[in-house]
Amino acid sequence: MDTQVTKKKLGLKERYKLLTRDLGWETTFHTKDEVYPYVKYEGIKINDWDKWEDPFRLTMDAYWKYQAEKERKFYAIIDAHAQNNGHLNLTDARYLTAIKMFLQAISPGEYAASKGFARMGREFGGVGTQVACQMQALDEIRHAQTQIHAISNYNKYYNGFHAFSDSRDRIWYTSVPRSFFDDAMSAGPFEFMIAIGFSFEYVLTNLLFVPFMSGAAFNGDMATVTFGFSAQSDEARHMTLGLECIKFMLEQDPGNLPIVQRWIDKWFWRGMRILSLVGAMMDYMLPKRVMSWKEAFDIYGVENGGALFNDLARYGIKPPKGWDVAAGAIEHMSHQLFLGLYQWSFGTAFHGWIPSDDDMEWLSAKYPTTFDKYYRPRWEHIKKLEAEGTPFKNYGLAKLCQTCQLPTVFTEPGDPTMMCHRETEYKGEKYHFCSDGCQEIFEHEPEKYLQAWLPMPALFSELNGDIGAWMDWVGLKNGVDNGDYVGSQDQINFDKWRGMATSNKQS
Amino acid sequence: MSNVFIALQANEETRPIIEAIVMDNPQAVVKREPAMVKIDAPGRMVIHKETIEGLVGRAFDLQEMHIHLITLSGNVDETDNSLTLTWNN
Ligand SMILES: [Fe+2]
Ligand SMILES: [Fe+2]
Repeated sequence: MDTQVTKKKLGLKERYKLLTRDLGWETTFHTKDEVYPYVKYEGIKINDWDKWEDPFRLTMDAYWKYQAEKERKFYAIIDAHAQNNGHLNLTDARYLTAIKMFLQAISPGEYAASKGFARMGREFGGVGTQVACQMQALDEIRHAQTQIHAISNYNKYYNGFHAFSDSRDRIWYTSVPRSFFDDAMSAGPFEFMIAIGFSFEYVLTNLLFVPFMSGAAFNGDMATVTFGFSAQSDEARHMTLGLECIKFMLEQDPGNLPIVQRWIDKWFWRGMRILSLVGAMMDYMLPKRVMSWKEAFDIYGVENGGALFNDLARYGIKPPKGWDVAAGAIEHMSHQLFLGLYQWSFGTAFHGWIPSDDDMEWLSAKYPTTFDKYYRPRWEHIKKLEAEGTPFKNYGLAKLCQTCQLPTVFTEPGDPTMMCHRETEYKGEKYHFCSDGCQEIFEHEPEKYLQAWLPMPALFSELNGDIGAWMDWVGLKNGVDNGDYVGSQDQINFDKWRGMATSNKQS
Repeated sequence: MSNVFIALQANEETRPIIEAIVMDNPQAVVKREPAMVKIDAPGRMVIHKETIEGLVGRAFDLQEMHIHLITLSGNVDETDNSLTLTWNN
């Protein structure tokens, strides 16, 4: 008989415990309150940090192993894309508008998320939380880097990509996600987790990334599919962290419920406002479309969000306060925002255009109750002006919402023919808002939001209203990066290079 | 009953994983979209390591799935042998 005793292989749960146990030592030089100075002031009560467990129980060695594999896959495809003129496989260079917006507005958000999670990995008291936040901080910086790296291939050939880091800080539409992340990072650790971990990761990223990646695949953009999937493979872990965080807070103390509910209400609304950019991308910017913004919202918003909030009902959580208003605006928001982007295209580091007849057919099929009634007539009018040589361009400056920083282009709940506008007077100053949701967020913390950096006031305070100087300052080349797609360098070059790639034409 | 779901990249390595999910969850519905596969199931979905190993013919660590995951929905519970997604409603 074999008497040798084989050492029992450790299970996932034991391995995870061994990995993390020594990180949670009792401090002796300083009190816990001194070591973790920010965990109490938001009013969240935690009785037992050990109750927070990472359901994936990913240990650091496994983390490095799988992340390294993801990187190898990523670079293999990015190299092939660059070596084989991958940019000429796009359906149309118009598609790159979505990628420009992504680089200017979303990739810097990845970097901001990395900074935020690095801070939370330090500030939270529990070991499970610290490890999960630190892993996410590493993931997020990887996302920012791989996105910038993948998209840099397009910067060799097309306009609008070169100044994304300046755009991020200075241009008007990028200040929408910028202010979202600044708001979260300047909050306490628990609010940050609700803002980014829960609202953004769990409730909203499906709507941001899944259609983006499917759309990229559909439009021949291998580079974006690759960085998208590489980043998205971390996302299941991030979503789970967000969901575990919210359950943890709710289970720890019944007094946490109203605080958490307020954050859910706030961050759902802020997230929906960011998603208006995604709606415009899905419904207007993709030459070939996977599904409409509304269809995506039905799957990931209504069905999945509904399931989530049903599940959380056992803790007393209600669906976010702005849910019904948001749902009522789904069939309007992408049209309203793209009309805004078209008319202000002098100030965007990407191109605008009038939807083609085919595109309008598609839009009316996808939005049977709204497109033909409210939006097609406007596009037909804009088309007529364009044909007459007097294109509809707005050289005025948009009025921005003090909270979400989007121009106030949206309509009243229940009345798509009336612009929605709210204002609040605070300490003798007037503040403007796009919606009740944004106004309520301001009124709850006015001292925070009156400090918001807004691009339009900055144009005057920093540059005396000089639009040319503003363009230099944001890195936007007039007549090259902005304006109409039709007749742009991007269009001319793409058509020429595509012709050279598929025939023996010399130029 | 709300659906849980999992979405995986459409590639050679996820083919047996998807097959295993379908075998172990008779109520699962598979939706194939550009470059990805989304699998919905009412209330609960279990992914068994053993079923995948039977299909790939080698040892399979469930955490390998992290490389191909796109998104999921539901409360997660992972052990060495299975990954379970559930909604409590
Ligand atoms: Fe990310
Ligand atoms: Fe707003």
